[in-house]
Amino acid sequence: MSREQLVVQRARKSFQTGNTRRLEYRIHQLKGLLRFITERRKDIADSVKRDLGKSEHATDLFETLGLEGEIKLAIEKLAEWAAPRPVEKNLLTLLDEVYIQPEPLGVVLIIGAWNYPWAITLQPLVGAIAAGNAAVIKPSEVSSHSATVMEELLPQYLDKDLYPVVTGGVSETQELLKQRFDHIFYTGNSTVGKLVMGAAARHLTPVTLELGGKSPCYIDKNCDLTIACRRITWGKFVNCGQTCIAPDYILCEPSIQDRVVEEIKKSIKEFYTDNPKTFEDYGRIINQRHFKRVMALMEGSTVAVGGESDESQCYIAPTVLKDVTETSKVMKEEIFGPLLPIITVSNVDEAIQFINEREKPLVVYVFTHDNKLIKRVRAETSSGALLANDCLVHFTVSALPFGGVGNSGTGCYHGKHSFDQLSHLRSCLIKQLKLEGVNSMRYPPHTAKKLSWARFFLLKQVNMCRLRRMALLAIFTGLAAFLVQRFLRRG
Amino acid sequence: MRMTSALSFLTQVTGKSSRNLQGTTPGNTRDSSVCSSWSLRGLRGWCRLRHTSQSERMETQSQVVERLRETFRSGVTLPEQFRRTQLTNLIAMIEENEEQIIKALHKDLAKPKFEAVLSEVDILINELYYANANLNSWMKREYVTKNLATKLDDCFVRREPLGVVLVIGAWNYPLQLLLLPMVGAIAAGNCVIIKPSEISAATEQLIAELVPKYLSQDCYAVVQGGAEETKALLKNRFDHIFYTGSQAVARSVLVAASVHLTPVTLELGGKCPCLLYGAVNMAAAARRLVWAKYFNSGQSCVAPDYVLCTPATREALLPEIQKTLVDCFGTEPQASPDLGRIVSPRHWTHLMELLGRSKGKVVVGGEGNQEDKYIAPTVLVDVAEDDALMQEEIFGPILPIICVDTLEEGIAFINRQEKPLALYVFSEESSVVETVLKNTSSGGFCSNDGILHMTLPSLPFGGVGSSGWGNYHGRWGFETFSHRRACMLRGWGLEMLNGLRYPPYTERKLSWVRWSASPKSMCSLM
Repeated sequence: MSREQLVVQRARKSFQTGNTRRLEYRIHQLKGLLRFITERRKDIADSVKRDLGKSEHATDLFETLGLEGEIKLAIEKLAEWAAPRPVEKNLLTLLDEVYIQPEPLGVVLIIGAWNYPWAITLQPLVGAIAAGNAAVIKPSEVSSHSATVMEELLPQYLDKDLYPVVTGGVSETQELLKQRFDHIFYTGNSTVGKLVMGAAARHLTPVTLELGGKSPCYIDKNCDLTIACRRITWGKFVNCGQTCIAPDYILCEPSIQDRVVEEIKKSIKEFYTDNPKTFEDYGRIINQRHFKRVMALMEGSTVAVGGESDESQCYIAPTVLKDVTETSKVMKEEIFGPLLPIITVSNVDEAIQFINEREKPLVVYVFTHDNKLIKRVRAETSSGALLANDCLVHFTVSALPFGGVGNSGTGCYHGKHSFDQLSHLRSCLIKQLKLEGVNSMRYPPHTAKKLSWARFFLLKQVNMCRLRRMALLAIFTGLAAFLVQRFLRRG
Repeated sequence: MRMTSALSFLTQVTGKSSRNLQGTTPGNTRDSSVCSSWSLRGLRGWCRLRHTSQSERMETQSQVVERLRETFRSGVTLPEQFRRTQLTNLIAMIEENEEQIIKALHKDLAKPKFEAVLSEVDILINELYYANANLNSWMKREYVTKNLATKLDDCFVRREPLGVVLVIGAWNYPLQLLLLPMVGAIAAGNCVIIKPSEISAATEQLIAELVPKYLSQDCYAVVQGGAEETKALLKNRFDHIFYTGSQAVARSVLVAASVHLTPVTLELGGKCPCLLYGAVNMAAAARRLVWAKYFNSGQSCVAPDYVLCTPATREALLPEIQKTLVDCFGTEPQASPDLGRIVSPRHWTHLMELLGRSKGKVVVGGEGNQEDKYIAPTVLVDVAEDDALMQEEIFGPILPIICVDTLEEGIAFINRQEKPLALYVFSEESSVVETVLKNTSSGGFCSNDGILHMTLPSLPFGGVGSSGWGNYHGRWGFETFSHRRACMLRGWGLEMLNGLRYPPYTERKLSWVRWSASPKSMCSLM
């Protein structure tokens, strides 16, 4: 039996003990995870520094802050999320209990990504634990230091049978995917996403796929370009452009292209100084392979800002490319690096057309003062999310479902969405064995009379709101009549 | 009907509400005048609607998909009024052709009129009225809780159509299982291709005839055919695939879907256990159990597949079942007009063979007639866990009764099998019901009755594990065929506040950001 088989078997056995059904147990595990984040902050930051060259503060801001928030929210809201959810009844079930009961699925597989090795791997875990599942965690081997630290330290804070960490590369992942899971949560690229979905077919396992794509960013000429470019610069170059929701490319009219370049240049200098290479808060490309890939994307395009690189450090300067066309190399795939191409379009019509000719992205960004324009872009495009006048921040609102559509993914998470995504919403109808007389209309032998009764009674919807309103109206009318009568009598 | 659709289409495209959603429109790539390009496109579209018809079109499947995709891109399915019109037309289709529908169902499954009316006609009409009544609220923006940093922003979720979706129906409820998902798909603003089961051939034919007469042919298409045609159809790219049927075919559907990263909903089956334990009003339980089991001659994905009870309960249950069967179907069930038939000779042969291989003892029924595709309501006892009848979903009028000594044994038995689509418990003791509910998993759960939980549009209907994933009915259908798009509209002010997140990063900035990003920060401000 392979290591992966054993791990999954143990997780399933632990799940079957029923411990995770108890909310106190889940909260206990979530508190353990929170302690892990707070007590091991330094270990986490060090591992990210070694993987991505990120500073400690950047790790706090972009990895652990969000995680802490999610865990605290789950602890606070778990009782509410896990409670039975009553639903509207019909005439036949008026006296019965009708509700939806969220239940755990079983053993979930979480495949993390390397760009935010902690946030992306552990945020789904929060949902898995909250929903009462066991979870096998497979961090990305590309962010190898983070994977090692996770494998070593997480079992000290969580039940190691219920939430084992399995490290390894492609073959270990393939071996894992042969096992039976009750849900697979994958974050990564669409090529591997297809393979995961294909592997899941064998056991009919549902999947959540958080993929990527080229997130377009349209800048209207009628907007505050200084602020817009500051926000875009921040959104793009955080984590050296290695963010699934980074603005991938800019669309704007030719008349403002130079100004956009200038403003971005100013913002780069403001954030990362004249020499980002020596600046602590500017990261690195994850490895040589991706460094070479991103450098190759620059070929054939005009560098307007930056362009410098250092292979020994996997350093690429914050770079802006201008006069890029749709056939340029940089437009052939998701960049996932610090290159920001600008493509000029005549107007928003062309921008919308450009966006729609491509796969549905994870986000569409639009910068404008004109609300009608925002509405148009929203109505005429499709994407995981739409964010107007800023970048990335929709990620921080846990009530917003975070996920893609089409090639950018399926399913969503964050906050309660994580809980629901990794639960089974079980429909429950609790009836009694009384009032059997009412049922006689449905039993054979069938007659025309029984049929007409059944047609009326069996499927009839009851509008509870209207019933309540009518009841209130009846009470109010009765009270009014009573008072009027008393008044008249006295008079 | 087509004129109504054409007129409403024309109104949409010359008005402000329709949009070019995806892709270019021939000859209008850089037209800056929106209204004139829309009128031209609208006129072209209207002409297209005017001249096409099912018989005139000899299209390949891929051409059908492409045509629907073009229509979707035109934005015609987006406005609420358009969707309402189509839903209303679907109501008319069913109401105006009820007799024909009942006839077709009788031809396919010898479905009694009562069953056809309730489980095919009325359940659909109910769903349609429910969708029409609620569509406006379903389409509304859903505003969400924000944190302090985003307090002045607009944060909401918008339900948007996916595009072109495929619904593959099944033969046991050939109308319901095809058109009920379609209601959700239409309500959500998609273009829909429906593929009725070829096994229920009369209903398939009727659907192929009626749907183009009542619904917009540019938005909704019927594709007919068997396994080969379905395989070919699945090679196309869809934005969602909704499949009802068997696990084996579901695997192929999933593999095909993975090529295009197409999300799926799988409504599968399984062996739905029915546990009787503790104090039970045996007469009432038997009546409800018999009704649920032999409805549609046992060919329901939510039919109680087998019974689990103690030997004592079995002794009390059997005479009640026998009595109920006689009350319902008389002493010669084959002569009763109220009992359906098996859908095909192949399915009949399979069931009789299964029955033959069983080591259980037949205590009721057991007879069959091949020509008539008739199998008598049958009950077996002394069936073991490894019996032939327990190796697959029965999907016929054969009810094995398996004895267990305790409730724990019954629950353990259920948990050793795959997660079913439905789980039934009959008991007057609420603690028994609670215990089973808490210690098992299933798509749906119903105590002291059968099937009824799926007639409520407010409950999500779907499986878990091998019995499927995803759900529909009512609002759930609408959500299944929608994309929940997170929307955030930020203001331009307070750029100074944003300064907290820009590099260079400092400890002080971090603590401010931490505070403003938490949902509780508003409370502490108060």
